[in-house]
Amino acid sequence: MIDLKLIPDGGLGWLDASGPMANIVLSTRVRLARNLDGVPFNVRASEAERRQVLDDVNRVWQRSPLAKGGVRFLVDELEPADRLLLHERHLISKELATAATEKSGHSHAAVYLAGSLGLMVNEEDHLRLQVFHSGFALSQAYADLERLDRDLGAALPVAFHQEFGYLTACPTNAGTGLRASVLIHLPGLVLTKEIAKVLQGLTQVGLTFRGLYGEGSEVVGNFFQLSNQTTLGKAEDELLDHLGKIVRQVVTYEEQARQVLLRDAPTIIEDKVWRAYALLRYARSLSFEEAMNLLSGVRLGVGLNLIPKLSVYTLNKLLIYTQPAHLAALDVRALRDSEQRAARASYVRTVLDEEAARAG
Amino acid sequence: MLCDNCGEREAAIHLTQIVDNSVTTLHLCEQCAAEKGVETGASVAKFPLGDFLASLGKGGAAEGGTATEVACPACGGTLHDFRQTGRLGCARCYTTFEPHLRDLLRRLHGSSQHVGERYAAPAAGAPAVAAEEAGAGREIGELKDRLRRAIRDEDFELAAELRDRLKVLE
Repeated sequence: MIDLKLIPDGGLGWLDASGPMANIVLSTRVRLARNLDGVPFNVRASEAERRQVLDDVNRVWQRSPLAKGGVRFLVDELEPADRLLLHERHLISKELATAATEKSGHSHAAVYLAGSLGLMVNEEDHLRLQVFHSGFALSQAYADLERLDRDLGAALPVAFHQEFGYLTACPTNAGTGLRASVLIHLPGLVLTKEIAKVLQGLTQVGLTFRGLYGEGSEVVGNFFQLSNQTTLGKAEDELLDHLGKIVRQVVTYEEQARQVLLRDAPTIIEDKVWRAYALLRYARSLSFEEAMNLLSGVRLGVGLNLIPKLSVYTLNKLLIYTQPAHLAALDVRALRDSEQRAARASYVRTVLDEEAARAG
Repeated sequence: MLCDNCGEREAAIHLTQIVDNSVTTLHLCEQCAAEKGVETGASVAKFPLGDFLASLGKGGAAEGGTATEVACPACGGTLHDFRQTGRLGCARCYTTFEPHLRDLLRRLHGSSQHVGERYAAPAAGAPAVAAEEAGAGREIGELKDRLRRAIRDEDFELAAELRDRLKVLE
């Protein structure tokens, strides 16, 4: 089992809810896809070529001042449970968490973490640079990432085409290679049934939405990831500006929806959020989905100041630590489904009890 | 609802644009949208990667029957492989299958012309070329053609020089 304490902030600096609009926008993530020139993309690269990529990147990373205090995990050396743990923290992709085992020989996949920065090596693309920020912070996040991109690009030959821009294994990422996404909590729009309209509107303005774990994942607990759909034909700041404008609008809609709920159905809403809190505080068995939905209700209650003395940080923490691999890390028995539910309920109770005791 | 442009066919594409905080919506039929070069989220959704890739083979057949079997000289990947996996084999594939990919990129992104950050190669000792803005466009076109020929003829020394000159111009 890896020692997660080695990771700066556990890779979870964004949990502290210190960023702008952190109650509604949990986190901002920006990633850049890059490939090394002259080396086949990962699907066609030989084991030796993958190893060479890792060695080259390693040398450059070590020299970068941005890597200070950072760590590296070699995916081949990680237990499946540890890979899942990193995936649940959004530090490695699902592909790295699962696919490395399927490849013959060594994948030579790795993840480097330093502060809010991360660098995946030998994923679908040779390099995936990513950054996490608390709350709604697109330009700050991108500024950090740009520095890392410059450091790497100054020392490594990057695949670039005069017309198509940065070249990626999948053409959906070509051009800027930039995907920016915000994790946003929209219970107000879901409860007022406005959400379908908003999501439809998003696709019409070139954005896309996904569930908690990105591509192909289901929406649970009213958490949505909004991101740019296209990566080519617009400059980086245009892509970020556009996403930013729309997110701000969605946040405004969400706030309006919440006010409508509070005005037209105050008792129903108050009852709903307190029931969610009561279940979390006293339940003895919780499925992941149920926990997510209840946490969504409580989060709404905190946002509306109906539930006092409960911090957004605690809610964020519960979101991460009630996931299967995190529970298993606390107690190996939680690997079995029925015991996992009990372990989840027990963990949530403990955290909420402590918070209540602190609040007096 | 009828198309805003021709007023004849049923509007199928509803293009919402936000410019300076004001929202405008344009309702177009597919034909007019295509003529205007509109690539919307809706039309992107109608051309998911898989479907488009599957149609690549048919387009290839029109160009001589074996277009999907042409292998990239750098990695050996073919359009057939790309169609199966959705992933290209290497950076060179973008040049090998350039017309196909330009078409695909336009459908996916609404454009194939990158306008963002440009990569500056490490230790670029490119000679400074005094490019005049007016003539630069034509010169770039010529250089690109020469570069393509140089790569085809595997004259990599010349290709590298041409690439550096292009970089300065662009």
